[in-house]
Parts: sequence; structure tokens; C-alpha cells
Amino acid sequence: MAKLILLLLNWIFLCCNVAAVFEDQVGKFDWRQQYVGKVRFSHFDSHMQSSKKVLLASESNVFAALNTRTGELFWRHVDKTGPEGNIDALLQHGQDAVLVIGNGHLLRSWDIGVGGMNWEMVLDPGSFRSACLVGHQGAVKHLAVLKKTVISLHYLSNGHQKWVENLPESETVDFQAVYSGGNGEVYALGVVPNSHLAIVVYSLEDGEITKQVSVEAPWLSSIPASCSVISRGLLTCVDSTTMSLYTLDLHLQLEMTQIPLQTLGLDVDPGFRPSLVSHQPNPAHPPLSEFLLQLGPEHHLLLQHNDGQIVTLRDYKPALLASFATAGEKTVVAVMAPKNKTFYLLHDGKPEKLHVQAFLKKDDSVGYRVMVQTEDHTLTFIQQPGRVMWTREEALSDVVTMEMVDLPLTGAQAELEGEFGKKADGLMSMVMKRLSSQLIMLQAWIAHLWKLFYDARKPRSQVKNDVSIENLSRDEFNLQKMMVLVTASGKLFGIDSKTGDILWKHYLENIPLNAAFKLMVQRTTAHFPHPPQCTLLIKDKDTGLATLHVFNPIFGRRSQVTPPALPQPILQSLLLPLMDQDYAKVLLLVDDQYKVSAFPSTKNVLQQLQETASSIFFYLADSGQGRLSGYRLRTDLSTEQVWEVVIPTETQKIVSIKGKRSNEHVHSQGRVMGDRSVLYKYLNPNLLAVVTESTDLHQERSFIGILLIDGVTGRIIHEAVQRKARGPVHVVHSENWVVYEYWSTKSRRNEFSVIELYEGMDLYNSTVFSSLDRPHAPQVLQQSYIFPSSISTMEATLTEKGITSRHLLVGLPSGGILSLPKMFLDPRRPEVISEQSREENLIPYAPELIIRTEWFINYNQTVSRVRGIYTAPSGLESTCLVVAYGLDIYHTRVYPSKQFDVLKDDYDYMLISSVLFALFFATMISKRLAEVKLLNRAWR
Amino acid sequence: MARDLSFRVAVLFSFLFFGFINFVCCNNERRVGDALETDFSGLSVPLEHSFELDDTAKFVVRGTLLLKTGREPSVALSQNPLSEEDRVKLKEVAEVDGLYRIRVPRVSLQADRQTEWQVDGYLTAFVRACAMVESHLSDVITLHTDVSGYLIGVSIVTIPGACRGTKVEDEVDLEVFNTTLSIMAPVNAPGPETSLFLERMEQETEKKGKNPQEQKSFFAKYWMYIVPLVLFLMMSGAQDQSGGGASGRAAAA
Repeated sequence: MAKLILLLLNWIFLCCNVAAVFEDQVGKFDWRQQYVGKVRFSHFDSHMQSSKKVLLASESNVFAALNTRTGELFWRHVDKTGPEGNIDALLQHGQDAVLVIGNGHLLRSWDIGVGGMNWEMVLDPGSFRSACLVGHQGAVKHLAVLKKTVISLHYLSNGHQKWVENLPESETVDFQAVYSGGNGEVYALGVVPNSHLAIVVYSLEDGEITKQVSVEAPWLSSIPASCSVISRGLLTCVDSTTMSLYTLDLHLQLEMTQIPLQTLGLDVDPGFRPSLVSHQPNPAHPPLSEFLLQLGPEHHLLLQHNDGQIVTLRDYKPALLASFATAGEKTVVAVMAPKNKTFYLLHDGKPEKLHVQAFLKKDDSVGYRVMVQTEDHTLTFIQQPGRVMWTREEALSDVVTMEMVDLPLTGAQAELEGEFGKKADGLMSMVMKRLSSQLIMLQAWIAHLWKLFYDARKPRSQVKNDVSIENLSRDEFNLQKMMVLVTASGKLFGIDSKTGDILWKHYLENIPLNAAFKLMVQRTTAHFPHPPQCTLLIKDKDTGLATLHVFNPIFGRRSQVTPPALPQPILQSLLLPLMDQDYAKVLLLVDDQYKVSAFPSTKNVLQQLQETASSIFFYLADSGQGRLSGYRLRTDLSTEQVWEVVIPTETQKIVSIKGKRSNEHVHSQGRVMGDRSVLYKYLNPNLLAVVTESTDLHQERSFIGILLIDGVTGRIIHEAVQRKARGPVHVVHSENWVVYEYWSTKSRRNEFSVIELYEGMDLYNSTVFSSLDRPHAPQVLQQSYIFPSSISTMEATLTEKGITSRHLLVGLPSGGILSLPKMFLDPRRPEVISEQSREENLIPYAPELIIRTEWFINYNQTVSRVRGIYTAPSGLESTCLVVAYGLDIYHTRVYPSKQFDVLKDDYDYMLISSVLFALFFATMISKRLAEVKLLNRAWR
Repeated sequence: MARDLSFRVAVLFSFLFFGFINFVCCNNERRVGDALETDFSGLSVPLEHSFELDDTAKFVVRGTLLLKTGREPSVALSQNPLSEEDRVKLKEVAEVDGLYRIRVPRVSLQADRQTEWQVDGYLTAFVRACAMVESHLSDVITLHTDVSGYLIGVSIVTIPGACRGTKVEDEVDLEVFNTTLSIMAPVNAPGPETSLFLERMEQETEKKGKNPQEQKSFFAKYWMYIVPLVLFLMMSGAQDQSGGGASGRAAAA
């Protein structure tokens, strides 16, 4: 009989946990956007006339091909992050694209048609300097790779090394560039800074040094920055100190010819470092004799070298960017002039790079398309008449933080809300208000009717339910929200969570490179007519100086409210539950003098702060000194230190501190045990989970420390050490539990551990929780499990009322997002099954957590390099909205306890209503019959 | 011997108590710290407290913590009763809802570092002064150490912890501290329990092997229940094939 119960129990668990998408649900509730990152190299595929590919290699170590018609990805390869996968160079010839990866560690060739790899070669060690394609007699068959000490030549077809030679005098000479003009020779160009230029010529056939010269060039420090090879092997350099162009024929001369820019009638903008751009359309032929010279931020020149003379062909001023492109035999120069102000309007970012695609039209004239890369990492593809074909927001590949904001109510709902939300100020004005709101509702209704009528006349295919900023409104279950994303480049996005469309974007200029961002929702949409308000705190990590950007999260516009100037470095910011008279939550900023400023700082707010000051506590953490200290606010907005905990930095360092989410609700105060008694949870909203890692990384002595500290009193509630463990540690802290994941150095595996806190069988004070009045320490239960994969990030699901059971969403490096039921991470899982544990539905303890494939919420929609998962509750208790971001962005809904509050899609309404109607009529008829019968009986 | 020693220490403390009661207001913490370098097999550090009407921290010595170092650290406390003046002040502070703070210096309980402690900071904690008064000075002080025996935190709670506004009339109740003191080292977090699990699995397989009746398949054992159930379902299912499916979901709406 016990077996039967066990089996039944298993059945129940299986039933509870099986949740997967059906084939027809794919893409219905979820979407994914794939990105490339900030583009470093790009090439248009020009070997075929009809080709519509552009190859991109990005700073995020991604190599991809885009469709130039739509901007969508053809294929994408994501390499390792960090310097290992860094793409040093991209060379393209015909159908092949060759990448140099990881500071000259690997050479990879890809077939650009299908994105498959042709070959891969591991190169000799040495730091990478330059690479180029080498052509000879009209055919390109080799490529040369220049490293710090060696130069090697490889076959383009299979990557095999043809020859490798040591560079002469590589200790003193810094070789920086390699050049080939298609005449059977490879030139390695090196420089001894501020002394001379070294040129070594190798024979293509056997790598023999055919010539070695050194040329006086005391002004030269970097070849790629100031030199370029033009026409038939003429090295041309520009120097800003002497204001001259220098030319050197690589074949003949032994000395550089100086051409002062003044003789050409040119002048460099003060403080600008001029640069040269040449163009070599085919590696088998020498470069063109025309070249571009940039003399100022908005000044470009097209020059030509002609019989030893340099002549100005054209002066482009103002010109932001200039670039060459070739189609067939023709080469065009594209220049971007700043009078095209639409760019600024479109993106708010300065253009950085210009990629031009030139093609021959049917009438043999040259057509061209342009891909512009701007400061905010946006790619814009423009066709000849100036039509924008597509834009890609590559900034979204680096989302730092995000929030989800409820959409506003429809006009009519909002109007009603506003009417009841306000205080009454007299009968007359109330009547007027009612009348005006009715009028607005009528207006909206007529507009709706008109739209219906208008749409009905159009063919069905043209009627699209476009989501635009104007018709955004909350749906009945609040499933559609506005995602506000902050990216590392300083660009903010507002994305519709239902479709993934970008509804607004806002580029913040002058963001420091190492900025830390914190996004806070100060006022939600619930307070009509006050607009919702988000505040972004941007802090320079080095100086601590911060700025505030206050905006409306629905429209992305900067708010009317002027944020306070923050002259002092900011240590901590906290959003209080207090609200000002306009329903904006109060943001407190603590500066390095431990003075507190409030935003908004109206009289009302200051008064409220004075009243509640003695109950406002906050903590500061200084991981450098291992110091955690608690402060209390004084009525004059200064602070006083009330507690201090110091963790000695010699043995361990604080790596993360996690509090609980403020919008989390816990439905049940306790757990019902097998014997019908209740085990009460220790629900301390001020609890902090502090994770430390040992400084000693020896595998026997390394450890991870977990401290649970009350953020108000500084009381250490629990202190545990996980020995023989190492980070990175991922922590989730919610309700009465903390889950963390670490690497066990002893067993060489990833492990999960869960800590749960319980008050015990009776609650100390059931009405309200106060950190100041909880004298008894909670009971602490802990259990650990083996996890078969490493993880990238972890977050817990969140629902409106907290009734639904919780799941952990685990982002795996493989790109899957696993929805792991919290039920499996429960320290009360019994080792030995008893009657009571069975009653309580506890799963017997098993040391390993198994990854079930049906737990992947993103089925085959791999999310590359997940860095964070954001969860938000929806209006439906069963449903939690999930956004996973990393290189890609993926949004879906999860139902941890299945959709218990929603009818199925295929629910048979017809059947239930017909049954109801039938019953209704049956009762009517039978009632009538009964009446007749009764009457008859009475007559009898 | 131990008794003798503690007696001597107690005498010493009472002597010291009389010594500094005259300048309670002065900051004499260093002097006490220096003076207590006794031949005790451990470390003695001052436990200081502060309660001021304006909530500024002015720490004065409340007692002395005797930390026994070594493998199993333990702690003892000898403290002096509150003076008349302090009792009045504590009650006044409690009335304005001030804080009662304590602090201990950061020290290591490791044997090799015990010879001398130099002040490189303090660990502080607080309770509301009213809780201190209403609990008649019954407090629970816990010292926390890290893995290497360094003190990292101190916590104080009173039992009961609430401030109900009850007046403490009798001054005598506020004279002597009723302190429960403990020292806590971090607990070792458990790793995955593989050995026990494997043992249990083995036991189960053994049990199965011993009991041949257990080896029977599920169907073989319970056919007498299943067959009538299936028959019943077939009989009932044949009658209303349409209505059965939807009813399960409808209830959830």
C-alpha cells in the first residue's frame, strides 16, 4: 500500500510539474531578439551582384551576416567572451571571410554563404599586429599575418602555413603593419618610435628577405595611425607637428620626401590629429592613387598622387565621415555632411563610422547604399534617395538594468479613475467634472467608431494592429507592459513587452565609460493624471559623482521635474515607501559626508521625513574594507551610525549583498506540517544576505561565507561557511529563503544550497514585523544539492499576491532558461520518508537536481550569454512575466502553478452555454408542467 | 585553582569599579583596557555602552568581557551595576525613545594574536533604550566570529523586546544587568548528502531482494482492484463520451 501511495504521489508531482509549450503556442507569448553588439569590422559581400549580405564582426566577439534588405540576421557565431574570443581582424575575399581571433591565437575561415566554417588554424604564440590578403598575378591565394616577432603566410584555401619567418631586430623595432601590392612581395613595416622606419621585404614564394631598409623618420610613432600605402607602393604619412605629408616609394627610395601641407594650401585644425585613408579594392592590385585626408573633425579632403605630385581633387567641408567603396571597376567616395541633421534627430548620437556598399546598376551607373554606425551603437541602413531601410539597435546587446512599468489605462478608464481619485471640492465642480469626463468618453467612442468604419473600407491585409505610443493601453490582465531598458552605452529604450517593438529610445550623452546605473520607478501609472515617473541614477564608479535622469517611462521623454544637482559623490540611494502630495515616492541620496538629500524635496516631503526619521534606517557596505554599517536618519536629515559589522579583509571579501524585492508579497505566513500544526516562516523584510569569498584560493582552504544580517539592527541572524567552495556565487533571496549556487572545489561540481528560516511553531508578533522587536533567533534549515551544469544567472518568479508556488529561473551558459521548482530546493526534504512528510507532500531527498528538458521555458530559442533575468508580476496571479537579457533579449510568460485562473484556449463555450440553456428551458417547462399537474390535482 | 582565579579577578574588578566610578563621565576606556592585562588564559576586552539624550555616542565602560581563546572559544562577562545617575539617565533616554548602544573592540580570538589587542575599530550594536528599561536590563548579547576567530559583529536584544510604555517604578530593577552572553562561530553549511542517499538506496534494493513478494509487478499485485475499476470506467465512459473531457477545466474558471 505504501508503494501505491508513493506512486500516486509521484504522479501528482509529475502532473504538477509538466509544463511545456505546444507547437502552435510557439511565438505566441514569447519573443526573442538577437543582437551582434558594437560593430568593429564590417564588409559588404560584393563578389556577387545580387548578394544582400553584410558581414559584421563586433566588439562582443560575435561574427554575423545581416540581410541588407531587412536588417535581419542570416547567421551568427558567438565566440568566447573576453580577450580569448576577441576578433582582431576581418578579411574577406570572394566567398571566404577570415577572422584572426584572440590576439592572433586562431585563424578561422568561414563560408559567408551559409555561415559554415571552412577551416581553423592555431597560430604560433605571439601578440598580433596586423594581417592582410596577399595577391599575385591577379589572384588572391594567401594571407599574411604579422605578429610581434614573426610573419607568416597562409593559404587562403586551407589555412596551411606556407612559410613563417622571424622578423629581424624585433626587439628594437615595433612592427605594426603589413602590406602587399600584388607584385609577389610582402612588406613588413615597423617603427622605432621617434627614430626611424624599418621596412622588410619578403618574397612571396619562399619567405626570403629580399630587401631590408631603414628610413629616418624621427616624427613617426605609429604607422596605422598616421600612414597608409597609396598607388604603386607609395607609403604616405601625415604628421601634425611638422604639418607635412611624407611620401616614400617602398620600391626605390631610401629617404622620405616631405611635402608641407601649406604648399598644398591646406591647414590642420588646431589640436586635431590628421589621418589618412587609402583604398585597395583588390589585394592583387596596388591601391588607388586617390586617398582621403582628414584635417579636422568636420574637414575631409580627397587627394590624388600623380607623377610624384599630390593634388587636391576635392575639399569636403563640412564633412563628418568619408569612405571609399568599389563596384566593378568603379570606386566611389561617400561623404557624410552634417547638414543632414535628420541623423541627429533620429538617434541623438554622433555618427562614428560609414560603411558604403556600391553596386552597378543595369545602366552601368553606380548605385550605393550606406550603413551608418553611430555613437549609441545603432546601425542605420540608408538607400540612395535618403530612405532609411532599417535600423538595428545594437546597444540592446548590453542591457545593464531594466524595469517593467504598467501601461496607462485607456483614456476613458483613466478619466474615471481621475475623477474618483481626486478630492471632492464642491457639488458644482463635481458635476462639471463628471460632464467633462462623459464628454471625453463620448469623444473617444466616436473616434473608435470612426476608426472601425475607416478600417472596414480598407482591404483586410492592410489593417494592422500597430502598437504605437498613442494607442498604448493596459490590457485586462495587465500582461502587456512597458519594458524600460538601460544599456551600457547610455541609451534608454522603451519596448512593448507583447511584441518586442521599440516604442521609444533616448540617448544620454556624456555617460562615463564605467558608469553604474540604478533605475527606480518613483511613480507608477496608477496615479492619473500625474504621469508615471522613472529616475535613473548614473554614477561614475571612479569618482562617485552621480547625475539623475528623470523621465516618463511610457513616452521616454525627459520629465518636467528638474532633478537636483549632486555636487558630492553619492554612496547610497534608497527609494522610500513615503510619497509626496503628487504620489511620487521619495528618493533619498546619501553623499560621502553622510548627509541625506531627498528628491523630490518639497516641504511636504521634508515634513514627512522629519516625522518618520527615527524609523528610517539604511546600511552602507564598503567591500574594500569589509565594513557594513547601519545608519539612522535624524530629523535634520543628517545621519548617525547605529551599528557596524566588520569582516576582516585578510581572510574574506564581500562579493554580493542581496536584500529582498520590495514588491514581493508572501501569501502564506507559515507551512502546514504533516501533523496539522503550523511552522511559521521568518519573514524579515530587512534581511540581507551577504556573501563572502575567501581570499585564499587554494582548493582545500577556500570557502564561501553566507551571512544573514538584519539591515536595521545589524544583528547577525545566521552565519554559515561552505568549505572547499569557490565562486562565482549566484544568490536569490526571497520570502524566508536564500538559494545560492557555488563551485565545489572538493568534488569539482556545481552545487546549490538553500537556507530557510522559520520562527517556529508560534509566531512572536503576528500583526506586524519589526526588526527592533524580534528577540528570538529563527530556526535555520539548510540543505545542498548537486547541479549538473554551471549557471550564468538566477532569479525567482514573482506573482501579484504570492499565492502561486515559486520557481527559480536559472540562465544556463548553454542558452537555456530553466524553470526549477522551488519545491526541489527545500531543506525539509526528508532523507527517510515518514508518514508526516508524505502528508506534507515533501519530495524525498535526492542529492542531485535533475535538469528536465520540459523545464526549459525557452524551448529552442537559445538566449546567448544571459547576464540577467528580470521577473515582474502580471495582473493574473498565475502568470509571471520574464525577460532574460544578455546578447539577446527574450521575453516570455511563465505559469509556475499552471494556469489555474485562466480558461483554456479551446474551452468549449458552446457546450457549456447550450447545457445551461437546455437546463434553463427544462426547468421552465417542467415548472409549467408541474403547475398544470398541481392544478389538475386540485380540481380533482 | 580556577575558582580562586575567578575570585581574584572578581575582586580586582570590584576594586576597579570603585576606582573609576568617580569619573564615570570621563573617557577612561583605554586605562581599563590596559589595566586588565592580567595573567588570564585569554583576552579581556571592555564592553562599553552609551545612552545619551541627544543620541550622540559617548561610550563608557559597562563591564569586561573575558574571551577564552582557542579551539572552542567561550566568553564570560563581569559587569558593574548601573549607578543612580545612569539609571535616571537611562529612564530619561527611554522616554524620548533614544538608543542604547554597546560596542566591543575588534579583536581576534586566535591564540597567536592574543597577546595584545590594538584598537583598529569597534563593532557596535543598539537596542531602543525603552526596551532596555522595560525588560529590566535583561539583555542577550551575542558575539559573532568569522572562520579565523576574528570578532566580526555583536548583537544585542532584550527579552521581552517590545516597548509597551509600561513604567518601571522600582529603581532597583534597573540596577543589575541580567545578561545572557554567548559567542557564535559560523556553522559549517552541509554539502550534498550523497553517502546517506546511496546507503538508503542500497538498503532498499536489499529489501527488495529479500522479499520476493515485493518483486511482483504493480499490476500483478493489484489486479483485483484495477480490473473492476477499468471495467467500471469503460461502462461509464461508453455512455457519455462527450461530457467527460471538459468538466475538469471548467471548475477552475
